[in-house]
Amino acid sequence: MSLETDGGSFEPPPSLFAPPLRRLLVGRRALWASALSSALILGGLVAVFYVAPGGASVRYFFFNPHMMWLAFIGDPANGISSVGLGLLTNIWMFLVAEALVLVFGLLIAWTRISRSPVLFPFRLLATLYTDIFRGIPILLVVFMVGFGLPGLRLGFISNQSLAVYGCVALVVTYSAYVAEVFRAGIYSVPNGQLLAARSLGLTYATTMRRVILPQAVRTVIPPLLNDFISLQKDTALVSVLGAVEATQAANIFQSANFNSSGYVVASLLFLIMTIPMTRFTDHLIARDRNRRLAGA
Amino acid sequence: MEKVLELDSVVKRFGETVVLRGVSLTLERHEVVCLIGASGSGKSTLLRCANLLETIDGGTISLFGQSLLDERIDPDLVRRHIGMVFQSFNLFPHLSVLENILVGPVHALKRRRSEVRDEALSLLERIGLRERADDFPDRLSGGQQQRVAIVRSLAMQPSLLLLDEVTSALDPTLVGEVLDLLRDLARHGTTMLIATHEMNFARDVAHQVAYLDNGVLVEQGTPEQVFTNPQHESTRAFLERVR
Repeated sequence: MSLETDGGSFEPPPSLFAPPLRRLLVGRRALWASALSSALILGGLVAVFYVAPGGASVRYFFFNPHMMWLAFIGDPANGISSVGLGLLTNIWMFLVAEALVLVFGLLIAWTRISRSPVLFPFRLLATLYTDIFRGIPILLVVFMVGFGLPGLRLGFISNQSLAVYGCVALVVTYSAYVAEVFRAGIYSVPNGQLLAARSLGLTYATTMRRVILPQAVRTVIPPLLNDFISLQKDTALVSVLGAVEATQAANIFQSANFNSSGYVVASLLFLIMTIPMTRFTDHLIARDRNRRLAGA
Repeated sequence: MEKVLELDSVVKRFGETVVLRGVSLTLERHEVVCLIGASGSGKSTLLRCANLLETIDGGTISLFGQSLLDERIDPDLVRRHIGMVFQSFNLFPHLSVLENILVGPVHALKRRRSEVRDEALSLLERIGLRERADDFPDRLSGGQQQRVAIVRSLAMQPSLLLLDEVTSALDPTLVGEVLDLLRDLARHGTTMLIATHEMNFARDVAHQVAYLDNGVLVEQGTPEQVFTNPQHESTRAFLERVR
């Protein structure tokens, strides 16, 4: 090809049609292809339970509708806790934990980003805190709090229910994660915002509250939600202390009836809990976006 | 004449780099001073030092005769008297135009919202954007945003305005509306220190023009003196380049 060729007169391509394999990915055909492949994959997964040598027993031990119902309602008269009622414990644990995590996470993040020399010792503590509790497996924190605090024999502190200790462990661990999420969110706000707010004579605290945090929170909602879903699931870890929540109830049911359907019930209940949360957050994000784009 | 802002031999370093090498400048009430000079000559830094967004490494700064280096000084109180407008507007994107204007008076000056609201609306009226009061900044053109940013500073009723190349980020067709607003302010006696690349504008409105070169205030005088009869070779070279 010579350089003398002028810009728009190269040879046209012989065909603009997609090659055969790629044709599966363009046009209306792509829809059919994706629907078909999804059905095949799902069907294949279900088929495993029927084709596998142990398929029948797994279906009986895990997906037995009758047993699932019995696990859900439990048999309190005979000391078999209900998985359904157990979930209420998970629910209050994560509600309380999330509220506290928001507060502590924000306080820790605020401390870590401050530059005032007065706050230096606090800054050091906050940094140590996030380093330590992001590094220790949460299960170990649950053990240490759950067995350690009662061991102190310190009146009020040592006389709480197991679920409360579980809650404390979750707050301690997740505050460290959420603090880092907040910190990243705060740093994502352009420095000009800080300069503009301070040049209006707003104090540092007012600047954070009125200008920086409202913007940071918007960017932080998706990762924050991620951590919260994770927290909701981790309420199940409290079962290792013996606190009777959904997972522990399923454990009890399993040992009493030699049937694991309770685990599937607990899983479904956890799923029902987390999905509305994701939907709600998506709704918040969409609303905020529309409002700003429409300039209403 | 009453001296509003006085900078005396101000020195500012960023690490090894010396950005301001002993700059002295005085701003009197109702005076407009234009700071000219190449990018990186220290104009922005000088403005930021003046409202204590940057600490200085030498010299003194005083506002109405009171030294701002005194350790009893509260920088937040100082900044409430000094408005600042930025090249990149820096409006608060999560607040409506009206809320952008209210945030200073309400949360820094603790004034009543209802009372400030009327003032804010009449300021918006003055720049012809009253009907955009409830819009969010990203719905406005750059020129409109910058005019709102100027009004946001004015709502604090500052003793002086610092303007940092406020038209440099604007589409050329939008520069005029912002400069017209500044001309209007100048006519009404607003004290302003303006860093700018708009030489014709500087010639029009400035009472004093100061040429900053590499952190040194090389030359200062009336627009007439500086633009038509510059005394220094570097001033002449600079004006030659921007013309």
